[in-house]
Formats: sequence, structure tokens, C-alpha cells
Amino acid sequence: MSLNLGIKRANLNNALAFALLLALSASFILPLFWMISTSLKPIDQLLLDPPKWVPNPLEFDNYPNALEEQPFLQYLGNSLQIAVAAVLGALLSNSLIAYGFSRIDWKGRDVIFVLVLSTLMLPYHVVMIPLFVSFSKIGWVNTWLPLIVPAYFGHPFFIFMLRQFMLGIPKELSEATRIDGGSEWILLTRIILPLCKPALATVALFQFIWSWNDFIGPLIYLNERSLYPMSLGLALYHNSQGITDFSILMAASTMAVVPIIIIFFFMQGVFIQGISLTGLKG
Amino acid sequence: MSAVKKPPQPLLSPRNRRELRKIALGLLFISPWIIGFLAFNVYPIGASFYYSLTRYSPISSPRFIGLLNYERLLFFDPLFITALKNTLYFVVFAVPLGNALALALAVLLNQKVRGLALFRTIFYLPSILPLVATSIVWTWLLHPQYGIVSAIMAELGLPIISWFADPAWAKPALILMSMWGTGWMMLIYLAALQDVPQELYDVASLDGASLWRKFRHVTVPMISPIILFNTIVGLIGAFQYFTEAYVITEGGPGDSTLFYSLYLFNNAFAYFKMGYASAMAWLLFLVILVLTFLIFRSSAKRVYYHGG
Repeated sequence: MSLNLGIKRANLNNALAFALLLALSASFILPLFWMISTSLKPIDQLLLDPPKWVPNPLEFDNYPNALEEQPFLQYLGNSLQIAVAAVLGALLSNSLIAYGFSRIDWKGRDVIFVLVLSTLMLPYHVVMIPLFVSFSKIGWVNTWLPLIVPAYFGHPFFIFMLRQFMLGIPKELSEATRIDGGSEWILLTRIILPLCKPALATVALFQFIWSWNDFIGPLIYLNERSLYPMSLGLALYHNSQGITDFSILMAASTMAVVPIIIIFFFMQGVFIQGISLTGLKG
Repeated sequence: MSAVKKPPQPLLSPRNRRELRKIALGLLFISPWIIGFLAFNVYPIGASFYYSLTRYSPISSPRFIGLLNYERLLFFDPLFITALKNTLYFVVFAVPLGNALALALAVLLNQKVRGLALFRTIFYLPSILPLVATSIVWTWLLHPQYGIVSAIMAELGLPIISWFADPAWAKPALILMSMWGTGWMMLIYLAALQDVPQELYDVASLDGASLWRKFRHVTVPMISPIILFNTIVGLIGAFQYFTEAYVITEGGPGDSTLFYSLYLFNNAFAYFKMGYASAMAWLLFLVILVLTFLIFRSSAKRVYYHGG
């Protein structure tokens, strides 16, 4: 009897949780739904009171119109190039650095590693102005270099993640190769990195998203329109527009958002893994 | 026996030589980080402190003025005080609310409900979307006249709020939007919850503990290091809150969303007061360091690290 009650209560709790999740997820979807719905609205259905949830008919021309309004395709291409270049740098540098912090035993290693982690606390604003001054002096303003080059020198978050992953690979594997006369370089490229594929995929994804979404970097360094990434092009277009263009603005926003959504859906497993890889578990 | 001569001692024993070789090898592998650390952290930190003691616009070289920038900021700049207050308001509400929502979502998802993967995606996705795009979406979402939120509120008989156009509501609107982006925190909580041993809950059930008591006395202590981590990371992020305010409100209406980093950015890149902005950056750095330290210290007794 009491057992039966227990199961019933468990079912009830579960149903309650499910109902709550349903309501919450509806409110989480609402902004994206509203974005897509507006991006398909004919101009005469844009400013209705009460608003229309689903436009009828659907106006797909807002997308080509947005592309005419601003060179959004060029912005998207710029974002893509910047992100890919940064991803390459992140993969290269963080692999090497994490290897040095995990697969080689050397005095002082763990002390320096604490220093690596401590840089996570540094607000960007502290380094923002001197970096701008330095990059101006070497002529990097109005180029993508300030947005790409720092990725080639490692990031504490990625170093930490890859190091955790590499520490989990048995030491004996390295010893065997060393006895056979293999160098550390061969060890890294032939044995360790192939085993780190899931962690490397996570690094690539997060770096891609950071670069794609970065706003303050392009805002500071770029003033030529042909160099703008999507984030900057979209923001400056928005701040110069009135309300009548909202369906075009939403079409442009959708174009900025969709690449990330597509990547996310294809690589969901990697994302979820990335969070547990960081070793952030109790 | 004593006749046996000791071999001449080499400068470095083979063991020491191996040690040194390993250190050199380790440093070689981490050398990209060392270069980056010096170029993108150490030098800029030093330079920004020096700039903070100068009057400096990009067209002239820095001129040393001692602590004048700090003095002016703290005692003679009402906008600085406004920006500080706005930021504290944001931090005080957005960090705990975002944390609580993330934890609540994680606990709900951990009930082995159907459709877990789909729900997880829906909650996580907003936190990785480009902020510029989502900011523009929210200005339209919360548009007082034509936005869908106003329509829903009117339907429910609630008063119409002007959100981003109303000095009293602009900050709450931004806080609401920041809660929408709490999915990454939820994911971290979910990973932590899945690591709490089931036996602990079973034992608590045998003792007749209610759901709330289980949450309060099993879940919370077991994941307390993660709560601490998310609080600190959230805090550091919230103090640097910038993009949404820049895109949506540009500091308005009536400076109600002039946040610290927005005012700092304006000083540096709109008014070209690089020295003044550097002093702001250093004050921010100090505030973050002190707060992090205080949170660590006050939580030391309440955070439970199981398994060391």
C-alpha cells in the first residue's frame, strides 16, 4: 500500500516537473519564434495591435531585401573567415600547451598552471586599452589580426579542458613510445592528439562560437565596412534604423543566428561532453 | 676502502641533467602560452596601470598626473557613480536570479522526464547565440506597442510596460534577458547533479525526508562547489556586461542603463580619455578581486568538497 503510494507520488512529481518544463521551454522559445515569425511578415502585418502570431501569407522576400539593404552575405563570409582562422590557432596552440602541462613531468609545472587559471579572473577592460594602443602602433587597426592572432597563444579555458583530458590517458602509453625512441613530437601528433578528438572538437566549437559572436573586438578595431563581421554589421545597421524595418532586421538576425543553431544540432553531443570535460563536476 | 677514489663529480649529475632537460621540454611546449601571457596579460596590466596615472588621448603621449583620475572618478564624476550603481543593481539581481533559474531547470531536467534532450537544447541554445542578434530580437520582443510580450500581458489583463523605454523598467528588462541566457550554467549544474550518488537520496527517503529537505540537505551540499563556481563566473561576467546595453539602449533612457563597462568604453573610444578609462578598468579589477576573495572566504565553511 505505502509502496504503491510512493510510486504514485513519484509519477505525480514527474508529471509536475514535465508540465513546468513545458511552460518554461515555451517562454524560452518565444523570442526565437517571434524573430522568425517577424522575419516572414509582409509590411502591412508588421505593426498590428494585437500582433499576429503567424503571418499570412509568408513574405520570404524579406531575406533578399535584407541582403540588398546591407552586404550581409559579405559580413557572414567575414565572420566565417575570422572564426575559422581563430579555430585553427586555438587547436594548434592549446594542443601544444596542454601537452606541456600534462604529459611531461617537470618541476614547477603545476605552479605555472595555477597562474594560467588565474588569468581567467582578469577583466577584458584592464587589457583592452593597452592592447588597442599596441595594435595601433604596429598597424593592426582595421585588420582582422587583433581578432585572430591572440587565439594562437592559448586560452586558459581550453588549456584546462585539454589538460584534464590528456591527464586521463594512461602514462604507460607514453613510456612505451619513449622506450622505442619516439620523440615527444611524434607522441603528441601520432598518439595523444588522435585520442583527444572529442576534446579538440569541443575546443573548435567553442572558439568558433566565441569568434562568431564577438562584438567588442570588431567594434574597437574595425572601421571599414568591407571588413565587418556579422555582429558588427548587424549592430550598426540596427542602431541606424527606425521601427519600420523590423521584419528586415529580424531576417538579418535570423541569418546571424541560424549558422550557430545548425552547428549546435549537428554537434550537440560534443557540446554536452565539453561541459563535463571541463571537470566541473562536484 | 678509503683508498678508492671518488670519480670526479660532473657539474650536473645525470639525474639533474634529465630534470633540466624535462623542464626545458615542458617550457618549450607551453612557450606559446608564455609569450601570450607576457604580451596579452602582463604587459597590458602594467601599461594600463601606468596609463591610469596619466592624462592620455591617442593623439598625445601620456602625461603623468598621479592619482588625479582616481580622485576625479570617486569624488567628482556623477556619471561614474550612476554607472557603478546601475552595475551593482544588475549584478545583485541578475547573478542570483540567473543562478537560481539555472539550478531549478537542472533539477527539473534531472527528474528523468521524457524529452530530456529536447528540453536541454531549448534551454541551452539561447546562451550560445550571437548577443547582437538576440539583443535586436529582444528590443522587438519587448516593444511596448507591437511586441508579443505586450500582447500576452494585455491578454492576461496586466498593465502595459514600456520596458527598454522606461528608466524604471529598462534594467529589469535586461535582467530578464540575461536570465534567458542562463543555459550554460544549467548545463554545468546538470552535470553536477548527475554525479550526486543516488544512495544519499535513498537513505534520505528511508528517513522520510520531503523533496525540499532532500534538495536542501543532500543536493545543495553535494553541489556547493559548483554553486560557488557559477556564482563567481557569473559575477565576473556581470560586472563586464556590455553588448546588450550597447545595442539595445545605448545607456538610456536617462542613463538608466549606463553600465560600468559602457561608460568605460565611451571614455576610451568616444571621448578618447584613455587614462581616465584605464583608471576605471583598474577600479573594476579591484572590485572583482575583493568580491571574489570575500565570497571565497565566507563560503569556505559552507562549501563541501567530497573526495578531496
